[in-house]
Amino acid sequence: MRRSARDTEESARKITRRGLFLGGSMVAVVAVLGARMRHMQVDQADEFRLLAEDNRISIRLIPPARGLIHDRNGKLIAGNEQNYRVVISRDDAGNIDDVLNRLSGILPIAPEDFERALKEARRRSPLPIIVADRLKWEDVSKVAINAPALPGVTPEFGLSRIYPRDTDFAHVIGYVGPVSENDLAKLEEPDPLLQTPKFQIGKIGVETWMEENLRGKAGNRRVEVNAVGRVMRELGRQEGVAGSDVQLTIDADVQNYVQARLGEESAAAVVMDVQNGDLLAAVSSPSFDPNLFVRGISHTDYNALTGNDHRPLANKSVQGAYPPGSTFKMVTALAALEAGTATAATSVYCPGHYEVGGRRFHCWRRGGHGHVNLEQALTQSCDVYFYEVAMKVGIDKIAEMGRRLGLGMRHDIPMSAITEGLMPDKAWKRERYAKEWVIGDTVNASIGQGYVLTSPLQLAVMTARIATGTAVSPRLIQSVGGLPVPSPPAESLGLNQAHLAAVQNGMYSVNNTRRGTAYSSRVDDKALRMAGKTGTSQVRNISAAERARGVINNADLPWERRDHALFVGFAPFDAPRYAVSVVVEHGGGGSSVAAPIARDLLLRALSDGIPPASAYPASQRNRIDTMHRKLLLRDPDGTLPESSRA
Amino acid sequence: MSFLEYQLKTVPTGASKILHVNWALVVLLIAVASTGFLMLYSVAGGRMEVWAEPQMKRFVLGMAVMLAVGFVPIWFWRNMAGLAYALSIVLLLAVEFFGSVGMGAQRWIELGPLRLQPSELAKVTLVMLLAAYYDWLDIRKTSRPIWVLIPVALIMLPTVLVLGQPDLGTALLLMTGGAVVMFCAGVSLYYFGAVASLLGGAVTAVFYSRGTEWQLLKDYQYRRIDTFLDPSSDPLGAGYHITQAKIALGSGGWAGRGFMQGTQSRLNFLPEKHTDFIFTTLAEEFGFVGAFSLLVLYTLVLAFCISSALQNKDRFASLVTLGIAATFFFYFSVNMLMVMGLAPVVGVPLPLVSYGGSSMLVLLAAFGLVQSAHIHRPR
Repeated sequence: MRRSARDTEESARKITRRGLFLGGSMVAVVAVLGARMRHMQVDQADEFRLLAEDNRISIRLIPPARGLIHDRNGKLIAGNEQNYRVVISRDDAGNIDDVLNRLSGILPIAPEDFERALKEARRRSPLPIIVADRLKWEDVSKVAINAPALPGVTPEFGLSRIYPRDTDFAHVIGYVGPVSENDLAKLEEPDPLLQTPKFQIGKIGVETWMEENLRGKAGNRRVEVNAVGRVMRELGRQEGVAGSDVQLTIDADVQNYVQARLGEESAAAVVMDVQNGDLLAAVSSPSFDPNLFVRGISHTDYNALTGNDHRPLANKSVQGAYPPGSTFKMVTALAALEAGTATAATSVYCPGHYEVGGRRFHCWRRGGHGHVNLEQALTQSCDVYFYEVAMKVGIDKIAEMGRRLGLGMRHDIPMSAITEGLMPDKAWKRERYAKEWVIGDTVNASIGQGYVLTSPLQLAVMTARIATGTAVSPRLIQSVGGLPVPSPPAESLGLNQAHLAAVQNGMYSVNNTRRGTAYSSRVDDKALRMAGKTGTSQVRNISAAERARGVINNADLPWERRDHALFVGFAPFDAPRYAVSVVVEHGGGGSSVAAPIARDLLLRALSDGIPPASAYPASQRNRIDTMHRKLLLRDPDGTLPESSRA
Repeated sequence: MSFLEYQLKTVPTGASKILHVNWALVVLLIAVASTGFLMLYSVAGGRMEVWAEPQMKRFVLGMAVMLAVGFVPIWFWRNMAGLAYALSIVLLLAVEFFGSVGMGAQRWIELGPLRLQPSELAKVTLVMLLAAYYDWLDIRKTSRPIWVLIPVALIMLPTVLVLGQPDLGTALLLMTGGAVVMFCAGVSLYYFGAVASLLGGAVTAVFYSRGTEWQLLKDYQYRRIDTFLDPSSDPLGAGYHITQAKIALGSGGWAGRGFMQGTQSRLNFLPEKHTDFIFTTLAEEFGFVGAFSLLVLYTLVLAFCISSALQNKDRFASLVTLGIAATFFFYFSVNMLMVMGLAPVVGVPLPLVSYGGSSMLVLLAAFGLVQSAHIHRPR
C-alpha cells in the first residue's frame, strides 16, 4: 500500500512523540525502583541486617556436666555416662514413615517407642523427635554409616545420670528426673536450662537438696541455622561451668554392708561417728534401683514398688517415726539423775507391775525383777523401775532431756522427708488434743511408748550424745567442690559426768553381763567392746482380754501387728567412735533381732572389711562366718559379684 | 514500504551486515547475562554444573539465534508476523490439551529436547503482528473504533488462553505489551483514558464490595491481597516469601555481604532463589551497588532499543523494537517491584538473569528482531 509522504511524516512524528513518552515513563519507573532500592538497602539496611541475623543465628544452651557424688573415700556414687540418642527432623526426612521403618531395621527400637515417634511425627511438630534413647555406641555408628538412606536422622549425644551402686544409695542421694511443670512452678526465676529438652534435676535426696551445687552453669553456643532450623555450623561457643562434686561422709562399703545385712527386712539403720557426727551409713531396707527413675520408670515397676508392704520407696532411716521402746530408758534415767529425783543407787522394787491412778502397768517380765538399781534396771530393761523414776521427775523434765539428746527435733541434713519425731510434754498435749496430761501418759512415755516417736537417725544421735556427753549433730556432706563442709560444733551437753557414766555403765552391762538383754550380742574383743540398749516397741494395744488369755507369741501374729525390734549402741566402750541405731519393723524382739545386727554394723564400721571372727564370742563364730559368707556384697568397684546377677 | 523502496545500496548485504549489528546492545546483553551466571553460580553454593553451566550454554545458543534472526531482513519478519502469531495460538491451544503441569499451571510442552513455553513466544509474536497490523493500516483509520477493536481482539485471544493456564503474570505482560504497540502506533489517548478509568473503577468496586452482599471476589482472594499489602499479617504463610525477600535485599546494605556470603539465600530462607527471586540474592551479596548497576544495565538496554526505534523510518521496524523494549521493561520492572514488595508475587522472571531456558531463547530471538530492524533500517 502506498502512503502519502505527509502521512508517513506524520506517523513517524507520532511514533517519536509516543516513543519518547514511553521512554520517559520507563525512566520514571526505573527511578522509583532505584529509590526503593536505596531506601531499603541504605536507609533501612541496619534493620534488615538485624532481621537477617535473627533469622540465621540461634543460641543453644549447652547443659553443664552435673557434679559427681562420691563417698568419703572417693568412691563414685552418682556419675554421668555418655548417652547416645537418635532424633529425626520431619522437615528433612521426607516420607517419615519410610525412614522410621528403615531405622527400626537398624536399631533396636521398642514397638511403643516406634508408635510414639510416628504419632509425634504426624502431629507435624517442627521440632526434632527423639526416636531412640540410651543407645550403645555401636548402634549410633550404624545410623551414621546408613545416613544416606536415613534423611533427617541425626545421632546426638549428651550426659545422663547413672548410679553405679544403685540400691545402696537410693534413699540417701535420691535420683534425678525430667523437669516437671511442678518443679518450674516452684521456682521464681527458673534457670533457662530447666526448659531445655531432656534436662534432669534432682527429685529427692541429696540430688535435690544439693541441686544448686550439682547443676553447674550452662554454656551456650551460637549456631547458624537454615530456614528449617537445621544447624549448619557453630559460630561461637562459651563453655559452661560443670557442677561441683559433692563428697558424702558415707562410707560406700559400710553402707553396702549395712544394706546387705538388713537383707529383705523392712528395716533402717544409721551408723554415725560419735565425735564429729559424720554419718557412715544411713540405710533403709528394702531399697530400689534409682536408675529406673532416671530412665523413666515403667508402670509395672512403679506399681511393684508402691504395692510392696515393706515400702521400699520410704526412707525409713530419717523418715520413719517409731516408738523407741526401751531404747528411750536412758533419757528417763538421765532426766531423773540430773533432776536429782534419783541417784545411781536408788533402788526400786519390781513386782512385775506398777499401779498408779487406778491403773495397772505391767513390766515386760510378769514375774518381776525384785529390787533393782539403775544399772540393773537398764541391764534387764526393767519397766517398773522407769515407771517409778518417771513419776518422780515428771514428763516435762524427761521431754527436755529427750530434746537435749536430739529427739523431737529435725536434724538438718540434705535428705528428703526428714521427720521431727515427737517428744511429747504437757504443753504439747494441751495444744494438740486440748486435754490435760495424765499420769498414765508419763508412765507410757518413760519406756518410750505412748506418744513418743523417734527416727533411727534421732536414736543414733541420742546414742552418740550419751556416749560423748557432747551435742554432736549429724553431718552428711563432707565437702562440696573440694571445699570441706565444717562439722557442726559439738558443745558439751553440760551433763554431770557421774550421771553419764552411770547410764553408760548400764548400757555396757546390757551387752556384757549375763543378765543383760543383749548379752548374746556381746563383743569378745576387749578393745572393741560395745554398749547398747535393746528395745521392743508395741505397735498395738494389748487388751485386757488378750492379757487374760496370756500374751500371744509375736511369731503367731500377722506381720504388720508384730512388735518393732530396736537397738541402739556404741563402741568401743572405752573410747567411743561409732554409734548405731537399728530398727527392724515388726521384727520381734530387740535383743534377738536388732541387737545382733547392731553388733555386726558396729564391728564393720570399726574394722577394715568384714569384721574378724575373733571379735565374736567363740560359740557364735561359725554361725557368724556362715552368715557373712552368704551376704551379697559388692566388689570394691561397686559392681555386684557375677554369681548374683543370674 | 516494501523492500523495493529500500535504497539497495545503503542497506548492507551479506557479510557486511556484521558491521551494522548493534554491538553496544550485544555487549549490554552479555553483561546482563553474565551477572546472571555469577548469581546462579552463587546460589548453587559455588557449583557451575547445577544452574550456571546450562544457562551459559543456552545463552550462547540464544546469541546465535539472535544474530541469525538479525541477519534476516526485517521485511521477511513482517511478512511472517501473521504466521508466527497463528503458530503461537496453535501452541497455546496445544498446551491447553497436551501440556505438562508445572507449579500448578499448564505452561509448557515438550518438543524433543526442547521445553517450549508458548506463552513466552506469544509475547513476541503478538508484538510482531500488531506492528505489522499498524504498518498495513491506513494511518488515518488508526483511531477508528472498528480498527481499534481488531488489535484489542488480537491481544485478548492469547491473553485469555494464558489466563486459563493460569498464568496471571504473563497475561498482564501480553496486555501491556500489546497496549504499548497500540499506544506508539498512535491510537487516540481517549481509548487509553477510558480503559484506565474503567480499570480504576473496577479496582475501587472490588475493594468497596468487600464484606457486602455483592462482594466481587472470594474471601481467599481478598486475603491474598491483604497479604500483599501487608506481608507481616501472615509472616509464616504467603507473606513469608516476600518478607524474606525484603530482608535479603535490605540486609545487603550499601556494598553487600560479599560474593557467596548471602545468608538469606545460602540458608534457604529465600524462595525460588534461582528463578524469580534471584535479584534478592544479587542485592544481598552485592548490595545497593550491585543491584543498582543491574538496573542501570537494563536501562541502557532500553535506551539503545528506543533510540534505535526512534531513528528508524520503517514503521514496522520501530513499532516492533518499541514493543520488544516495552516487554523487556515489563519483565524486569515487575520482577523487581515484586521482590521489593511493591507488587504482588505473580511469577515473572528477571530477564536474562533468572534460570530458565525458553524465556531466554525467546527473549534473545526477540532481540534478533531488534537487530534485524537496526541492520536493515532505511538510510
